[in-house]
Amino acid sequence: MSSEWPLWEIFIRGQHGLNHRHVGSLHAPDAEMAIRNARDVYTRRNEGVSIWVVPSNSITASSPSEKGPLFEPSNSKVYRHPTFFDIPEEVGHM
Amino acid sequence: MARAVDQAAFVEWLQRVGDNALILGHRVSEWCGHSPVLEEDIALANQALDLIGQCQLWLGLAAEVEGKGRTADNLAYLRDAAGFRNLLLVERPNGDFGQTLMRQFLFDAFHLELMQALKTSSDPRVAEIAAKAEKEVAYHLERSADLVIRLGDGTAESHARMEKALKSHWPYVGEMFLDDAVDAAMAEAGIAPLPSSLKTGWERTVSTVLTEATLTHPGEAFVHKGGKRGIHTEHLGFILAEMQFLQRAYPGAVW
Amino acid sequence: MYAQLVKSEGAKPREEMTAEEIAFQDRIDRGEKIEPKEWMPDGYRKTLIRQIGQHAHSEIVGQLPEGNWITRAPTLERKAILLAKVQDEAGHGLYLYSAAETLGVSRDELLEKLHSGNMKYSSIFNYPTLNWADIGAVGWLVDGAAIMNQVPLQRTSYGPYSRAMIRICKEESFHQRQGYDIMMKMASGTPEQKAMAQDALNRFWYPALMMFGPSDKDSVHSVQSMAWKIKINTNDELRQKFVDQTVPQAKYLGLSIPDENLAWNEEKGGWDFSEPDWSEFFAVIAGNGPCNEERLGARVKAWEDGAWFRDGLMAHAEKAESRRRASRMAAE
Repeated sequence: MSSEWPLWEIFIRGQHGLNHRHVGSLHAPDAEMAIRNARDVYTRRNEGVSIWVVPSNSITASSPSEKGPLFEPSNSKVYRHPTFFDIPEEVGHM
Repeated sequence: MARAVDQAAFVEWLQRVGDNALILGHRVSEWCGHSPVLEEDIALANQALDLIGQCQLWLGLAAEVEGKGRTADNLAYLRDAAGFRNLLLVERPNGDFGQTLMRQFLFDAFHLELMQALKTSSDPRVAEIAAKAEKEVAYHLERSADLVIRLGDGTAESHARMEKALKSHWPYVGEMFLDDAVDAAMAEAGIAPLPSSLKTGWERTVSTVLTEATLTHPGEAFVHKGGKRGIHTEHLGFILAEMQFLQRAYPGAVW
Repeated sequence: MYAQLVKSEGAKPREEMTAEEIAFQDRIDRGEKIEPKEWMPDGYRKTLIRQIGQHAHSEIVGQLPEGNWITRAPTLERKAILLAKVQDEAGHGLYLYSAAETLGVSRDELLEKLHSGNMKYSSIFNYPTLNWADIGAVGWLVDGAAIMNQVPLQRTSYGPYSRAMIRICKEESFHQRQGYDIMMKMASGTPEQKAMAQDALNRFWYPALMMFGPSDKDSVHSVQSMAWKIKINTNDELRQKFVDQTVPQAKYLGLSIPDENLAWNEEKGGWDFSEPDWSEFFAVIAGNGPCNEERLGARVKAWEDGAWFRDGLMAHAEKAESRRRASRMAAE
């Protein structure tokens, strides 16, 4: 098995005037294809949206601080990336 | 309608456009669940869905213009192979993923030229369908062209597979640009462009993409033809045997 | 449900738990969500990987039995709806693999385990779809059973899993309905169509009941998974709920459920019904269902045949990146 396509985090601006929000992740060989895949996977190609793609391993997340280092997994582990930070639409705009 | 048009020719022509979408959509849908990677599976299904949607519009209009009370479904499910008017290219088997993508690219480049020209059709119904389809087809071409470039300029194996796919499909591209009496009648009525007039634009797209893909332009080749007048490859019969099976086995049933 | 017989790791009584484990359990008991970077017991992580992975595998293997009717769908509209539905399943697989990936496993690793037979997918997808009404029955019964499980899982303790389930449930709302819609057309159609509908129900009824897995009221794995809120209901609860929901729907269709013991039980306010043949279930899980070989074979073939494609695109992306880097350097 050869190298796996990198993982990307996908952020979409659903309507004008709203923030981009995280909708999920996907795999793609590079940023351009990640954007295209995001259109197909997460927007079914609706027009008027704006998509950001970020390599998952480029995201630095804050640590859940209260427990201190003992409880903390290594930050260098790519797989600990935050994903699916999406808010269900029923909740409304946030 | 701006000018008088031969109804029979119009119906014939609408079936050509509709059948291309139907048969290619069918082929693309065969990949569902079997693609090399999930993202691609989803993207291809979108493409097949676009094509099925377009075929419903074109064949729906064909049935309407024909005026015999048939529907798009009647046309799709109850004509035999000799009644189909699609290009031979779109009925060719999927082969490997490279064959599928190359077939898609060669057709998309033609399809986009056609849809763009049809937006100014003298028949508003044609112009309206074309305007909707154009957006979808533009995206299909963006995708297929990009993948052809990437795979041509990928590994030695992906390059070799794309070269092979190109060679194998090439004798089937010429049919897209052949004019006949139906095409002449459509052009005369301002409904559709002559297919031959689309070739320059197509050639420009294809040459640019092949160059970037580091693939060899095959140049002039023999032209297989017949689809537009109902003489198909053996493949179409099998597509229809599968596609039409339920409608044929249970005539008159409602699904 | 799409994850069956998931073994839970590390079940232990509270008095044997470490301080971190107690704190973790308290968070779950308070209804807090656990997020990827936060501390979690290794057993929780491993169990989740197993469960979410199995769920994801079920989605993509689940494309196959329905997918084989896309090219035979009887109308253009049915074809489009079915294709859209099977495409959704690919999407759901993708969301679930992404959720699993937050736990320290890559999608390719999970696929490798599926392909080598080291991870399972739901038993239901090893049954064949033999006539068009099967597509209706799959939507009605199989998606119906899956929804029973997935709706409560929206409240599962692991954040990414919960959010994936919310998205999936939202997208899936039309799946069961489209299946039932096919069944309505078939059941009210020609005698042949009605016979197909009954035949489909006959073949899918017990396999659908098996989807919930054997009774787990005595299972330590289930107790632990429920304590962790990665399993919300027992298998028997969900199965009962499913039967109670489905019996009137079958009646409405004018179809009979293939169970002579089916009877309303006033006391429990639900239907009594026959257990499926669990020896068949275990045979299917062990690889001896009618379609195990085809289903797994199709997935392996897709993966292996696609290797050159994935590698080709990766190679191009790397080349393009080094060309960009070279030209940036030249410009500086």
